[in-house]
Amino acid sequence: MTDTAHLEAHATGHDHASHVHDHHTPTGWRRWVYSTNHKDIGIMYLVFSIVAGVIGGLLSGAMRMELQEPGIQIFHGLAAMAYGLEGDAAIDGGKHMFNVFVSAHALIMVFFTVMPATMGGFANYFAPLMIGAPDTAFPRINNVAFWLLPPALLLTILSMFFEGPAGALGFGGGWTAYPPLSTSGHPGPATDFVIFSLHVAGVSSILGAINLITTILNMRAPGMTLHKMPLFAWSVLVTAFLLLLALPVLAGAITMMLTDRNFGTTFFNPEGGGDPVLYQHLFWFFGHPEVYIMILPGFGIVSHIVATFSRKPVFGYMAMAYAMVAIGFVGFVVWAHHMYTTGLSLDVQRYFVAATMVIAVPTGVKIFSWIATMWGGSITFRIPMLWAIGFIFLFTVGGVTGVVLANAGADRALHDTYYVVAHFHYVLSLGAVFSIFAGWYYWFPKIFGYMYNEFLGKLHFWVMFIGVNLIFFPQHFLGLAGMPRRYVDYPDAFALWNRVSSIGYYVTFVAMIIFFYATWEAVRKKRLAGDNPWGDGATTLEWTLSSPPPFHQFSTLPKMDSKDAH
Amino acid sequence: MATIEKNHDYHMVEPSPWPFWISVAVFVMMIGLISWLHFDTWLLFAAGFLGVLYVMFAWWSDVVKEAENGVDHTPVVQMHHRYGMMLFIASEVMLFVAFFWAYFDGFFRLDDVEQYARVAATGGHWPPAGVEVFDPFHLPLFNTLILLTSGTTVTWAHHALLEGDRQGLRWGLVLTVALGALFTCVQYLEYSHAGFSFTGNMYGSTFVMATGLHGFHVLIGTIFLLVCLVRAEMGQFTTERHLGFEFAAWYWHFVDVVWLFLFASIYVWGSWGVPLNH
Repeated sequence: MTDTAHLEAHATGHDHASHVHDHHTPTGWRRWVYSTNHKDIGIMYLVFSIVAGVIGGLLSGAMRMELQEPGIQIFHGLAAMAYGLEGDAAIDGGKHMFNVFVSAHALIMVFFTVMPATMGGFANYFAPLMIGAPDTAFPRINNVAFWLLPPALLLTILSMFFEGPAGALGFGGGWTAYPPLSTSGHPGPATDFVIFSLHVAGVSSILGAINLITTILNMRAPGMTLHKMPLFAWSVLVTAFLLLLALPVLAGAITMMLTDRNFGTTFFNPEGGGDPVLYQHLFWFFGHPEVYIMILPGFGIVSHIVATFSRKPVFGYMAMAYAMVAIGFVGFVVWAHHMYTTGLSLDVQRYFVAATMVIAVPTGVKIFSWIATMWGGSITFRIPMLWAIGFIFLFTVGGVTGVVLANAGADRALHDTYYVVAHFHYVLSLGAVFSIFAGWYYWFPKIFGYMYNEFLGKLHFWVMFIGVNLIFFPQHFLGLAGMPRRYVDYPDAFALWNRVSSIGYYVTFVAMIIFFYATWEAVRKKRLAGDNPWGDGATTLEWTLSSPPPFHQFSTLPKMDSKDAH
Repeated sequence: MATIEKNHDYHMVEPSPWPFWISVAVFVMMIGLISWLHFDTWLLFAAGFLGVLYVMFAWWSDVVKEAENGVDHTPVVQMHHRYGMMLFIASEVMLFVAFFWAYFDGFFRLDDVEQYARVAATGGHWPPAGVEVFDPFHLPLFNTLILLTSGTTVTWAHHALLEGDRQGLRWGLVLTVALGALFTCVQYLEYSHAGFSFTGNMYGSTFVMATGLHGFHVLIGTIFLLVCLVRAEMGQFTTERHLGFEFAAWYWHFVDVVWLFLFASIYVWGSWGVPLNH
């Protein structure tokens, strides 16, 4: 934005409006529970995401402790405690329980941690601010999209305490929930809990997507055309379309699973002419867009941070925007690269190899544009910039292993090994999660009005960077050596890298404690952040508002004139 | 915040209890459904379902009040609603895509040699062995004509509304609702004469879930139109402003188009050249 537009938005956007609004701000529990305010709902999403992330992270801690050494370390004990089993029965129960933890960890991290943080928290809070809107288009739908998530999470957690397979508790079929393990293999109610959890979470996401698409298409400030819209808003728009079109297909697939399980249909049962591979097609038609749903908002966040701390507009704005659109489109036609080993014909495999490789092109456009944005820039390595650069590096590592896995031939050997686990954790738990922390440290001063301690932020970054790489880099070696995923035990040959990986978990655990301490310290010390702590590089509209912004911002809409940059 | 000074046309919605309470009701309904499936009690499900229905009624009542107060639903807010309804229908289309996908997986891939268990179960052709399919040009064609006719009656009602013809609106809607109800009755009649089981085989599974999901949408569309009839009688639709009616009509056309795809692909194409059940 130019300085004049900056000032204009500053003057009209909050100063005159804030004191008028304060008298009408709802207070107490009603402000949150009955909220129709995009910023309050965004904060609830962020808190929910953190709570779910802690649960999901502790589950993976149990998995890493188990895998620290060959043999069964802790799950027979857990099974003895939870099921009251003894001896060999406890060991068998523990094996199933490990898979229950794997499944719950994945579901919680995907649906209740990453998605609520990016498309719930940041998209709700900042997409309206960046496009100069006073709120979202459908504030009540916004709130129901949030409030459906706690019941959905509760259903997933409850599933761990109900019978799954005969005589054992919980659903152990992985987040993909392939039949027949999820149908005839789990006759108890646990799987139905998971199915309904996904139904409810899916409805939540679809409603949230409708709200965000309508907001972004319809509520941009006067003069802000789509081609002037900030890249984070672009990323949210593309992601919301992916949610809208992918999640109903998952809903259909799990509805078929529900009727197969409970009402005698045979969609996935060959004895009645059904097809278990049909489920995999339906699941991955949803599942592949889903992984882009988790990463695209991160692309938007990182673009702003790199531009802000390089004090340059982002390189190749139009290419950056349409690269995300291209990734969104192509993301719908590559799903069967998850299914190379299911007996697809060679022609089908060739198509999916080629289509999958195509995604590397727009992704490469983004990586190189971030680097070009930094090139010749006046770079300051503040905390958000560290996370953003960490994201670019780690996501690139995950992207490169993705190109390896895209080859049907290589995937024959690597399918369902730890190589795949390493790959998707590099793009998600290092890529997406780093973008979430980048967004958190970038926007924390805006949301809460306080500045965190710079040293603690740096400490958090470096400890976490070392920790997650220690966890996941050795898993490439384990996968190449043939260690299968979703398994409670392994041969002694895999002991070394598993031990290193588990040590990485403990390092990451320390990093999370630093994160919580840094947040607590920032709130306690109350160092005022000011409207724009990042200086001239931060040009989007949220920095023209107070920190935190008024309850309702932009009571007079900001105007963009034709020379305004994005 | 109705009392707030604002210089834009967006609707700043007051805090509302309904989003929270419908989530509670949905949770009770889901736990209730699991109890019904596994523990033989439907009471919790019924309680949750009634809660959902109540909140839907209360929530939409609030929206109707906001539409009636002449302040909140400015032209840009009406545009929001149009976008929202279109996007909702787009997501519904994708839900049907899943069930058509399942149907065509059976249709096209039933002789896949690698799936020998399935080929053994079905004889390797579609419709599978032991399935006697409907004559598409009997009740299904009748139902197609009913739905197409209802598409014209709802358009009649729409044009009557635009012309300020209250009687035309009333009778157009009454006829549309009646045709919708007739479709549901005929569908029930057809189901009760099926020459195949809805369970235990792929044909019955895809048939009953695809047409059943459609039938459920017909029911929702019929209720939607019935609500519009009541609202029309209460004088809530004007020649300029009647988004609720338009959305019911859009939804009805969507349901109609889905049926045409079902009729063409399952009833006609799926029965081509095989013995029929008369």
